[in-house]
Order: sequence, then C-alpha cells, then structure tokens
Amino acid sequence: MYDIAIIGCGVIGAAAAYALSRYDNRVVILEAENDVADCTTKANSAILHAGYDPAPGTRMARLNVRGVALAKEICAKLDVSYKQCGSLVLALDEKELPHLQHLFENGTANGVPGMKILSREETLAMEPSLSEKVCGALWAPSAAIVNPWEYALAMTEVAVRNGVELRRSCKVTDAEAIEGGYRLTVPGGTVETRCVINAAGIWADKVHSMVEPANFRIIPTRGEYYLLDKSEGTRVSHVIFQCPNALGKGVLVAPTVHGNLLVGPNAEPVEGNDTSCTSSGLEFVKTTAQRSVPSINFGESIRSFAGVRANLDVDDFIIGEEPEAPGWIDLAGMKSPGLSAAPAVAEEAVAILQQRGVLGAEKADYKDGRRHIRFKELSAEEKAALVREQPAYGRVICRCETITEGEILAALHSEVPATTIDGVKRRAGAGMGRCQGGFCGPRVLELISRELGIDPLDILQDKNGSNVLVSETKVGGKSNG
Amino acid sequence: MVDLVIIGGGPAGLAAACKAWESGLRDILILERDKELGGILNQCIHNGFGLHRFGEQLTGPEYAGRFIAMLKNTGVKVQLDTMVLEVTPDKKVHCVSKEYGYQIIEAKSIVLGMGCRERTRGAIGTPGTRPAGVYTAGAAQRYVNMEGYLVGRRVLILGSGDIGLIMARRMTLEGAKVLACVEVMPYSGGLTRNIVQCLNDFDIPLYLSHTIVDIQGKNRVEKAIVAEIGPDRKPIPGTEMEFDVDTILLSVGLIPENELTKQAGIEMDPRTKGAIVYENMETSIPGVFACGNVVQVHDLVDFVSGESELAGAAAASYVQNGPVAEGRVLTVRPGADLGYTLPQRIRLEGVEKSTNVSFRVRRICGRSTILVKSGDTVIARFKRDRLAPGEMEHIALPRVLLDRAPVDEVTIEIEEA
Repeated sequence: MYDIAIIGCGVIGAAAAYALSRYDNRVVILEAENDVADCTTKANSAILHAGYDPAPGTRMARLNVRGVALAKEICAKLDVSYKQCGSLVLALDEKELPHLQHLFENGTANGVPGMKILSREETLAMEPSLSEKVCGALWAPSAAIVNPWEYALAMTEVAVRNGVELRRSCKVTDAEAIEGGYRLTVPGGTVETRCVINAAGIWADKVHSMVEPANFRIIPTRGEYYLLDKSEGTRVSHVIFQCPNALGKGVLVAPTVHGNLLVGPNAEPVEGNDTSCTSSGLEFVKTTAQRSVPSINFGESIRSFAGVRANLDVDDFIIGEEPEAPGWIDLAGMKSPGLSAAPAVAEEAVAILQQRGVLGAEKADYKDGRRHIRFKELSAEEKAALVREQPAYGRVICRCETITEGEILAALHSEVPATTIDGVKRRAGAGMGRCQGGFCGPRVLELISRELGIDPLDILQDKNGSNVLVSETKVGGKSNG
Repeated sequence: MVDLVIIGGGPAGLAAACKAWESGLRDILILERDKELGGILNQCIHNGFGLHRFGEQLTGPEYAGRFIAMLKNTGVKVQLDTMVLEVTPDKKVHCVSKEYGYQIIEAKSIVLGMGCRERTRGAIGTPGTRPAGVYTAGAAQRYVNMEGYLVGRRVLILGSGDIGLIMARRMTLEGAKVLACVEVMPYSGGLTRNIVQCLNDFDIPLYLSHTIVDIQGKNRVEKAIVAEIGPDRKPIPGTEMEFDVDTILLSVGLIPENELTKQAGIEMDPRTKGAIVYENMETSIPGVFACGNVVQVHDLVDFVSGESELAGAAAASYVQNGPVAEGRVLTVRPGADLGYTLPQRIRLEGVEKSTNVSFRVRRICGRSTILVKSGDTVIARFKRDRLAPGEMEHIALPRVLLDRAPVDEVTIEIEEA
C-alpha cells in the first residue's frame, strides 16, 4: 500500500510530489496523459503573478504571494527558465485609474512587495511601445515569467530521483474507500493508498465524485493565444495587463522566457479539454491586445494555441480534506493564479498530511537540485569545452532554436524521459521555433527511435493516438535502412 | 584566414564554390549542416530540374550530382555536419560540429547560401485542433523520399506552391488518396506545368479562392472544413465543404532563412525577406554575398545556379581585386504590380555590359509591357505574353541604358495591353 497517491501531474501534482519526496513515504503519481504537464500546465500565460488580483483574505491571495516567492527559489535551484521582469496593469482610460488604486490596495493587503502607481510618462518611459492612450499603470516588480512545463517537469524529476513513482498513461477511472485508505482503479489493475491528493486539474470534480459527491464544479475555460517569433520578442519587456472592462478581463502581452512574445488569452467555457482555436477567438485576442500595444506585428505569429484552465463555481481555490473521506485531499480549482501558487499549495497538502500523521521522517540522503544544459545560452568558450567533452553537443538538430543532439539525448534519458516528439520539445526546446519542427521533426523522430528502440511507426507527436507516420512506403523505410 | 567561406552546400553554395574556384580563388571552404552536399535537392526525386541549365530533365539528386562532380575537380574544402551559429560583421564565422568542435573561422569573403524554410500553420493561423497529421509539404517529402515512410492515407493539400503540387502526385503514387488542393488566392502559387502534371493528370481538384476554416480531430486529423473566400478575404458562410482526411499538407510559401544575416547586421528587404543586394549579389557588408533562396525564393534551381555563380565570381573578385569601384548607384524600386525586385541596388561601376533584374508580379497579367522608368523617362521596355505571381520574371538591363537614367532611381512597372 502506498502512503500517498497523487492524481494528476500538472504543476500542482508536481509541486506536491516535489514537496513530499523529502519525506520517507511511499508516493505514487498517477497521470492520465502519456507525459507530465500535458494539459493546463503546458498551455497558459506562463506568468507568476505578483498577487494583487485576489481579494484579501482568500486562499488565492495568501498562496499566490507565498507561491511566487517560493517559485523564485525553486527555479534557481532546479535550473528552470525564469525571469522576474515585473508587470504593468494599464489604465487605458481615465476611468480605469480608480481600478489601479483598488489593485494597489488589494496588493498591499496581500503583502505584494514593491508596487507603485506610475504616471503616464513613467509608464511610457518603461514601455515605449504602449498605446498613446495609456493614462497610468500599476507596477509590480515581483511578477515573473517562467517556463511552466519545465517548472513542473523539473519538480517531477527531482521527486522521481528521490523515490517517488511516476506512472504515465495511468488514468484513474474509479475510487473506493477501503480499510485505512482508498483503492484506485487504473489501467490493468488497482492502486491502494492511505491518502489521495486530487490534483486532477480540469477533471478534479469528476475524480472527487468517485468517492463522494463534489460540492464544487469545475468550469473548464478555454483561452486562446498567439505565440510570436523572436523578432517580436522585445516588443515589450514586462508583462502588460489591461484593466477589466465591459469587453471582458482584457488580454495580456508578455515576453516569454524563450524570447518570444505571448499574446492572449480570451476566456470561453468549453466541454472538457477542448483546446481548439477559433477564428473569432483569435481575432478577439488580436484586437484586444492591440489596445495595449498597437504595433504588435501578428504577421510574425509562429503558432496559435489554446489551453483550458480549471475555473470554478466558487471564487477561491479548493484546498483541504474531504470531510466524508478521511485522507482524501483536494487541490482543485487551480485557475489563475494556480501556477503562481503551486509550491505554496503543495505546502498546504504537506501540512494536512503532517496533521494526519502520515508524513515520514525527512530523508537524510535527499538529492535536490537539477542542471539543464542550454547550449545556445553558453559562451563560445563554454560551447567549445562542452563539445570537446561530449561531441553530441556539436550537432545542431533544431536550427531555429539551436538545440543540439546532446540536449535531445539528455531529454530522452532524463529521470522523466521524453518518449514523444512533443515530449522532446517540452524538455529540450527542439521544434519550439519559427519552423515549428518542420526541419527537426524527422530528425527528432529518428533519435527517439534509435535511443528508445521504438519503431518509427509507433512514435507519437504528443498524446496517445497521435502517430506521426502511418506506414512504410512501397519501397519501405525499415528495409531501406 | 580563409579566402571564401560559403555557408550552405545546397545548389547555391555549390554553384558559388565552383565559380569562385574557376575565377582563380584557391582557398574556399563550404560549411554544410547536413551529412551530405546537395541541400533540399536530395529529397526532390522528381524530374524537371536542369532544363534551362543543362537542356535536359534531371531529378533533384542528379542536378546536385552534376555540381558535386564539378566540385570534386576543384580543391574546394567541404566540412559537413557543421552548423554555423554566427557571422560577425568583421567576417568571423562561428560554427560547431561533432568532428571539429567549436570553430571560429576568419574569412576574407563570405557567401550566404542558407536557403529557405517553409511557412507553417502557425504563420497562417488556421483555426481548429492541433492534432498530428498537419505537416509542411517539405517535411512530408522528407519522410516519404528520404526515410521511406508515408505520413497519411487521405490527404488535403493547403496551398498550391510547387512542393505541395509535387507532393500531391507523390502521395498519390504511393497509394494515398489526395482529395483536393485548396488555394486561398484566385490563382495558383505554383508553376503551370506542375498544375498539369501533378493535379490534372491525377484528377485532383484545385479549389482556388478557398481555404481551410477548421481542422478537427483529437489526436490525429479527422476532418478539414474548407470554405470559399470572398473578395474581402473572409470565408463565405454556407460554402463549407467537409473532407474526411487524416493528413493536411501545407504549401503556403517559403521564407528565406536569414537569422545569420540579420544577426550580422546586414540590411534587409522586407519585401524579399532577404538581404538587400547590389548587382553582384553583395550585401550591405562589403565582401559578404548572398544567393539562392536565402535572398529571393526561386521557382527553378537553374536560376539559383546562375545567381550563385554571379556571387561566387564576385566574391573571387573582391578577394583578388578589392571592392567594386565607387560611382553612381541606382536604387531599383518595384512598381505597384510588383512584389519586389532583385537586386535592389545597382552600382554602375559593377555592371560591365548588362545586369539582370528578377522580380515577381503580384497578380496575373495578360499581354504586357515591362517598363523600366527613371523619373518620368522610360529607359527600357520588355514584352511578355503573360506574367504570373507563381513564375519569377527576369530582364537584362544594358549598361548603356542604365547610364541614361536621369535620376538615381529606376522603377519597374507593368503596363497591361
């Protein structure tokens, strides 16, 4: 019997696994998809919010501010791409100025450090590309941008290194209470555990209702985005928000840690994980963003995508033990600022488990930390030394992002190895660039096949069923060598 | 210090190298990122290459083979499996390879021949889900022709660029069903001969002024919804057609691969998305030349070879004789019906007898006169029966006429009969 089963390995499940891996417990993560961070965590605004949005006194307010402080430490320790660039909320109309004041007061009550309300001139001096209509802005220096899937992946890797078991393509389809815990139905069998952490994201209400009727309801809400080429990546250098107005919450314009420009999202309730893009949604994103930054060149778009966030019918996170199901802990409704709050949410779970007396002693031989070699970020001397030592770093596979064979091999043999083309993309960055894998896709496929011994016909783009190839040609691939 | 470093061992780099050698340069190095020379020609196993150049129909590998054979008779050095990471304005080439590690090579002259890449779904913003089964035509071509794998069984081609047309035929020959080719513009983006030989001969319909408005399918493409495009370039409601396909191949344009060029600070032309070049293919950095698809997207490799020989000879001359003499410089401007012109600048001292100008029109024109104007004066005229955006046009401007230009600017215009 496991001590703790974590259902879902998005950023919340990953943060919980990372926190729990310090303790001497049997922990298993059950992830429905074939990779970690493969739902909400991989498609969002990639922002660690400062924390002035949530109403004071809510869990969201407390955990957001604590979470971003922890995130900064974790990203440094685990070598996750992170940049504290700060954020600006714009008033694009005199009538929006009181809202900035309201956010400032919220933020002050929530303990957000360093905020300031800027004049029009100060704002434009910081961000010359902004609309002439800007009347002022709320500056929050603690906001940051992050690589969200690397963040989740890094925490999972350290957890796995320290004994946490990760099962992918392992969807929990039923749960029942048994003596001293729960029995979870998974493909090909069951998992028995003393405690459950429900971090099932947009499915958290359905997972909860496997044991007890849920008193909360997830409203999956889709947000569509544009990702623009690096040629647009310096259009702004801070995260640019708008005030909510009659047209909605507004969309953001932000640099990404990879040097691109991210624009979005809209917000539309959908059924389940519906991540399709619509022309109307993308048009809304484009025109709304141009209110803040009119000069964005959408001709430089390299991808449009959508993600679904786990909005909730109540205005706070759901964190705690289900009263009718002892040992069943929900970490649910992790809409924005869920990414920001993740490590603080994990602390809450740890505290609950500690109270229940489930937590073991802290491991003496705990192995924290992580290093991610990013060839293109090295100096010429460092590159030369690395290639001398490991020649695989001398072969560039993804030319748009300058990702080397060495980095792809590292992704294929990491503690949470990639098994798909997109899995390699999320770990090494190959295919993230302007040609979107057109050039490196076949080469990455070849490396996956060679390194993991998978038949090319069985190699997936991303999720199960997303095979890249359908058959050999008449002359044949394998026979052709 | 190397006399000439050529970046890219595709058709552009090969022709530039051969010509520079022929012009007397002896210290030439080609840096090629792939494991063999030939570039994209290696996956173009269809014929039709070389008609202009060799007067016969060759396959892509055969065409490349002719130049590789020529290169073998020279002392040009080739370094394969080597990626250039940076070109500095003072002509230092940073590159990396498994075999040679990280190198910084100083060059007296450089030819940029990096070719182009395909536009993707992201660039055109096709709505819908993002399943597997959406590939650029060139990526599919690589899987089929180089790796021996088929990417799908029921195929829709979006865009009527040449690679898409070629792949319509190729997929059909491999047993796949190509249901249609869909083109957003009212005319095809490819060569007429490819429409005939790759679509018509296989009864594959071409829908002009149509586009994909929705891609459906969770993990692999299941359906594509196609609609007609109105004059406002928006889909016309009620014209939707549903195609049951597992694959969508994109042939929606090529973009010159100019990251190194931009990084070096070379002046760019937003129209060609390539470097601004003079009559001898020299860029804004003296001694750095650009040729082939990196400087303008060609239809026919034969013209890539010609353009690259010009660059190779010019690089040799730069090393041997120094820069082109100073003198009058004419700016070449595209008129309203032209997408661009190349070169963008002509140094009269660099023109011996005549200089070529190539361009593309932006719409289909019937019987027309190409007017070369300087101010209000027409300095040259050329007759054509037809001009189409899918076919690059070339004119030769004699030095004697250029000398007569009253102002330092020439504009190329189309007068339709």
